[in-house]
Amino acid sequence: MTLGEPRRWVGHALPRKEENRLLRGRGKFADDIKLRDMLYLRFIRSPYAHANILSIDVSAAEAVPGVICTLTGAEIVPLTQPFIEIGPDPFAKIKDYPLAVSKARYQGEPVVAVVATSPAIADDAAEVVQIEYEALDPLGDGEQALQDKSLLHEEAGTNRVWNGVFEYGDVDRAFKDAAYIVNIDRLHFHRFSSTPLENNVVIAEWNPKDERIYYSCNNSFPSFAIQFLAAHLNVHIDRIRVETSDIGGSFGIKITSYPQMAVCALASKKAGRPIKWVETRSEHMTSSAHGNERTFRDTRVALAKDGVITAITSRHIDDCGAYPRYEPLGCVIWSQVFPGVYRFKNARIDFMQAVTNKCPVGPNRGYSRMQHLWFLERVVDICAHELGIAPDEMRLRNYVRPEEFPYTTPNGCVYDSGNYPKMLQVAKDLIGWDEWKKKQAAARKEGRLLGIGIGTTLDSGTNNFGQSQIVNPGLPYSGNSQGANCKLDIYGEVVVAVGSCPQGQGHETTAAQVVADVLNIHPDLVTVRTGFDTERNVHTGFSGTYASQFAVSGLSAVHGAAQKLKAEMKRLAAFTLQTKEDDLEFSMGAQGPEVRARGNGKSINYWGLANLVNANTAALPPELYEVTLNCRYIWRAPFKVPDKQKKYGNLTLTYASQLHICVVEVDRETFIPRILDYGAVDDCGTVINPPIVEGQVYGATAHGIGAALMENCVYDAVGNMLTSTFSDYTPITAVNMPAVKYGHIETPSPHSYSGAKGMGEGGAAPIHTISAALQDALFASGIVIADSFNNADSLFRAMVAKEIGQAQKLVRVERRV
Amino acid sequence: MPDAVETIPIRLKVNGKSHSLTVEPRLLLVELLREHLDLTGTHVGCDTTYCGACTVLINGAAVKSCTVFAVQADGAEILTVEGLETDGQLHPIQRAFAECYGLQCGYCTPGLMLATHQLLARNKRPDEKAIRKAIAGNTCRCTGYQNIIKAIQAAARNMDGVQQRSSV
Repeated sequence: MTLGEPRRWVGHALPRKEENRLLRGRGKFADDIKLRDMLYLRFIRSPYAHANILSIDVSAAEAVPGVICTLTGAEIVPLTQPFIEIGPDPFAKIKDYPLAVSKARYQGEPVVAVVATSPAIADDAAEVVQIEYEALDPLGDGEQALQDKSLLHEEAGTNRVWNGVFEYGDVDRAFKDAAYIVNIDRLHFHRFSSTPLENNVVIAEWNPKDERIYYSCNNSFPSFAIQFLAAHLNVHIDRIRVETSDIGGSFGIKITSYPQMAVCALASKKAGRPIKWVETRSEHMTSSAHGNERTFRDTRVALAKDGVITAITSRHIDDCGAYPRYEPLGCVIWSQVFPGVYRFKNARIDFMQAVTNKCPVGPNRGYSRMQHLWFLERVVDICAHELGIAPDEMRLRNYVRPEEFPYTTPNGCVYDSGNYPKMLQVAKDLIGWDEWKKKQAAARKEGRLLGIGIGTTLDSGTNNFGQSQIVNPGLPYSGNSQGANCKLDIYGEVVVAVGSCPQGQGHETTAAQVVADVLNIHPDLVTVRTGFDTERNVHTGFSGTYASQFAVSGLSAVHGAAQKLKAEMKRLAAFTLQTKEDDLEFSMGAQGPEVRARGNGKSINYWGLANLVNANTAALPPELYEVTLNCRYIWRAPFKVPDKQKKYGNLTLTYASQLHICVVEVDRETFIPRILDYGAVDDCGTVINPPIVEGQVYGATAHGIGAALMENCVYDAVGNMLTSTFSDYTPITAVNMPAVKYGHIETPSPHSYSGAKGMGEGGAAPIHTISAALQDALFASGIVIADSFNNADSLFRAMVAKEIGQAQKLVRVERRV
Repeated sequence: MPDAVETIPIRLKVNGKSHSLTVEPRLLLVELLREHLDLTGTHVGCDTTYCGACTVLINGAAVKSCTVFAVQADGAEILTVEGLETDGQLHPIQRAFAECYGLQCGYCTPGLMLATHQLLARNKRPDEKAIRKAIAGNTCRCTGYQNIIKAIQAAARNMDGVQQRSSV
């Protein structure tokens, strides 16, 4: 399929429309907004990971001059419904309120809100709120929580949020026929967060005059938030208006700010004035959202004699923190990439999710898929090393082959396009693979620990929300949609609105490129509305910016709206210019963009067209009354509801792929792992704006490298979060980030109108790649890389454990040939 | 409970404009800029002097304004992102960030441009290592720094060229 029009703008490096305001300090971020009579809210948060709340005394706080009111969990229970639970019983029975009611379940959980006339007064008052706790033993680990010796949510009667077995093919037969069976006892994917630089911000006004709730905020999935908020606050969904403007990054994390949005609305109602809440960084670290932590137990891998994997069985335990919230969607979202980039047909994954006394998780860049992709990359890599097959050769033997696309996975997903062997070659060329192999051999002779690792991964984009029914058959979601509106305004300006919620991805620019190609005008003549606004009436139930989909869902909606507008303009111009529609051309005239009749040479500019519809309507014949030049288009993804019992069906529309290679050296004295070379190859099909795509690749690569080596949400034995500031969490900086060599290939998707595949999350390729490089560096020392987070400390411990003979044997190989 | 809050008079010049204000001693410089002077281009990202989103120039030195009290800036000349352009014309650093796609969400960008300003005032042709070191205190979560480094190199070229031309 093609665009249907010449691509003068799509595919080219158009400078971003966003830069003008952002570079001048004129961006409008949520915290930049002030409202008349605005008040400021502070949360008082639980210092304990798990505790009964015995008493709360807010009297001293309320006596502080400038304090308007306080709010407690007990107060909001009669005013609200508990938040919707996405999962089925028994976890649907839990009562999730945005302030702790009788029990706190993680360190940092909000317990009381204080509202004052200034942030400083709110801080002062927060100091004198008296809360008496009875500390309980915390559950810090998913496997431990699953034993149900104590419970987080008594209503559920278990800590197990969800359990499902994903089984395909003939697993038993594959193991019977295997030449080798590799057993891997335990692998662990750590908790981290991509920590957007701008914290969560909510401004809420429950307006007493019209009884509507107005939000200005930086939530990144507002259509999801309003569905939760309307049910929770007992209001008609149209009573909630959400606006976002510039957003300082989200990476998925800001999807989960709706509990704070609820508290701000309730506080505004109580105070009768607008409320602003600006999250501190420590609040963000302890209590916004983390990425899912996952443990992989008892993995068995069946292989043929040549190293081709024939089957995998494993037990996966996902730790979602104290409240499921957006979960348990993650319990099925990983299966979008069930076999990763590999051809094996037989597998059985027993997937479980548990609550623990830690920060609730949320969709974090690479959400739920990256954990699984890392697992598969570890499996392939460990098997390669154990069987003595070169890791690159091992991958080539197991990759889905270029001629097999579109490729149907064992669980019914359709990989639209790709060419993994070619990407491997491009990546090898980028870093100079053969040279590094020689250097590695020389380094090893000197006793140096130098490893080269490959990570191949997928960025599945545009979800089929029907997969939620695999988690809970009662859910009313399926398919996917996005809305856009394209209009000629009264004076003929081209104005576009779309239901996305950008945070730096350049949507204003790429949307303008698409419209410019449809109308054959310069993108500067296309105004794209900034941010999201429910009042624009372009959102659907899935609108927002998440899950690598704007290039497909967002731009398809924009393209559809622009085509609809063009068709209307043609009808109108054909009438005015007294010609046939196919005689018309869209071009630039002396008075700006116009529609011209080739035959008689007559033309009408955009103002003339808009005027006929808006202001000079007596000239319009009744048969053209349906022309509005204000065209709303809803794009819908062509999905079916998956088979819920068999857990089978297509779960995402596009599969962008990434192949990274990295060279790492572990210092023999300090155990500091240092990246010596790094290559990243991306395939997101047809590229809309090359530098924007390249920028997304660099950004995702930095998040992955940071997560692999520096960024870890650490809790101590009693549930204190030890990395609650940036100084402790250490987000990756310019001195830790290596120069990345970028390459790309394009395998256009047959599933999107433009051939583009959603991208941006990047599949956490660096985590897989660095684990593989460390494995290559340390295999000869007897070390198995079994954790996604590795730093000097963990590598030192692993090496010492090996040297003193206390290392656990994690891998066992059964050889039948 | 605090006692009645004392306030202190201060005078400072921000982007060439003089201000006299009376502030609480605990008021941070970044709060003064954002809340009292409505210069919201300076951002807060971490509260602990790590991320540098709040970087401004105080008497020409790049400083994290979340870690300076407003009263400490008494008598100082401050440059914020809003003061980089001249008569609507972008500063060469701003132009370079635009040309090199050196920003995505734009939240860290004001601080990074001011850190760059200090670097290029001290070192006209910094190599990559010097650039990385100069922005080590400025966290960017979107770009992976790659295009920021290109932008700083381009800014150095632009500014060096301008200076060479103007000195001829």
